[in-house]
Amino acid sequence: MTKGIYIVLSNCQLARDTWEMVLGGDTSALTNPGQFINIAIEGLYLRRPISVCCYDPGTITIIYKVVGKGTRKLSAMTPGDTLDVIVGLGNGFDVAKAHGRKIAVIGGGVGVPPMYDTARRLAAQGEDVTAILGFATKDVSFYIEKFEALGVRLMITTDDGSMGQKGFVTDALRESGCDYVMACGPTPMLKGVHRSGIEGQLSFEERMGCGFGACMGCTCQTLVGPKRVCLDGPVFSTSEVSFE
Amino acid sequence: MNRLETYLSGIKLKNPVIPASGTFGFGQEMARFYDLNVLGGISLKGTTGEERFGNPTPRIAECREGLLNAVGLQNPGVDAVVAHELPAVRKIYDGVLLANISGFSVEEYVAVARKFDAADEIDILEINISCPNVRHGGMAFGTDPGAAQEVTAAVKAVTKKPVYMKLSPNVTDIAAIARACEAGGADGITLINTLLGMVIDPRTGRPIVSTKMSGFSGPAIKPVALRMVYQAAAAVNIPIIGVGGISTADDVLEFMSAGASAVQVGAQNLVDPFACPRIINELPRKLDEYGIGSLQEIIGRSHKL
Repeated sequence: MTKGIYIVLSNCQLARDTWEMVLGGDTSALTNPGQFINIAIEGLYLRRPISVCCYDPGTITIIYKVVGKGTRKLSAMTPGDTLDVIVGLGNGFDVAKAHGRKIAVIGGGVGVPPMYDTARRLAAQGEDVTAILGFATKDVSFYIEKFEALGVRLMITTDDGSMGQKGFVTDALRESGCDYVMACGPTPMLKGVHRSGIEGQLSFEERMGCGFGACMGCTCQTLVGPKRVCLDGPVFSTSEVSFE
Repeated sequence: MNRLETYLSGIKLKNPVIPASGTFGFGQEMARFYDLNVLGGISLKGTTGEERFGNPTPRIAECREGLLNAVGLQNPGVDAVVAHELPAVRKIYDGVLLANISGFSVEEYVAVARKFDAADEIDILEINISCPNVRHGGMAFGTDPGAAQEVTAAVKAVTKKPVYMKLSPNVTDIAAIARACEAGGADGITLINTLLGMVIDPRTGRPIVSTKMSGFSGPAIKPVALRMVYQAAAAVNIPIIGVGGISTADDVLEFMSAGASAVQVGAQNLVDPFACPRIINELPRKLDEYGIGSLQEIIGRSHKL
């Protein structure tokens, strides 16, 4: 976990309301795919937590949806601008735990970005990976070619059938024959994935105060007691999660 | 002589900056950012008799220059705090530790105070009287002078450690509450706790935080906090810890001028984890700039002007 000044290397629109930003700076605090960063934005009091799409030495790629004041300001940043960022927050996905399994890497909407690096690292280890990506419609989809380039099996679903198969990621999961899940997406999606009974890891989202475990603003109840989504998560094992 | 040192009931602090309860956990999370030994003191996470999960999420909302929270006193309970958190924080911090105590009845305050009184790690008991009194229709102890005095006297009776009462700002006459605490035997006063506030989603009309109303803090509340510290300082003769919206060394000088002997930094820790060390580093430069010899010279000076 480090706090530093990062430089915007690029910031481009990928799809409707969806942007990709590449930041340059110290990435030594990042240890797992699925971790997040917390960005200070001029004129707004709280930082904005955003999941890391992928990281390499010296660069961090994030994908964010423009939903409010903070993300709108982010989308106006241009290369050369700088941001005050806390990097390396949360636990992220434990790719070692999935070793040797038939792994479904599942992303729904803005939950897709952290799954890219997860799939990339699993593929690099030679794991059996099926990426299942769900979007509302074709015009909000992104990163399809990037997943294709990883050489993993790819299944796409859209709510309206405008791309891939019509339906939800849970339908595709059933057809995939996978026996391990790694997923990030809206709560109803995670609930559906959890209900499949397949073992694995789920990444959650919650409104946060600090993002580093000090304020207890994002605590959720789990089968093993209260957990802070920002510090103990955002990734939890399917066996500790309860949707009751 | 250390120009930043200050005193709370005879206890020396190397500087007046104390992270406020609820914004600093039990120290461990922040110790990953810096060596806590730069701090004048630490006010630990509010502790109750039993373990509390707190409120459902969302617990956090934002506003201009501030935030609202309804964490709901999530904590593992006093026994777990004494057994695990106090030894752990003492391993990494040798300065002044304040135990922050919450309760929903006088008996609970007393029971928790007894356990912290027996803990060698703790220097000062800070009593949060913003909690609702469940025996009396849920009205906060800190909104009634009689109840505030009763809690103060009850806690004082079971401890030899200095007792600082942390006041709620949600009252019409803060001086009356401060005087009641002094009359109850308080050794000092911490103020202010969060203001009761609200944020509503303009699209849906739905309050953002699960409890609808919640505690408002951050730089936006600083003028209110400063005014209340000034009023309390005029009303009592015990030391005051000023808190509310502090984010710079100038803010510290303002609160000490208004009568605070030390200050707490709260919300700012959450957006800038280095807020406390940054403020401590800024202080000597500010003293030089304004021609002030030491912080002790300026405590309460605004009252003489």
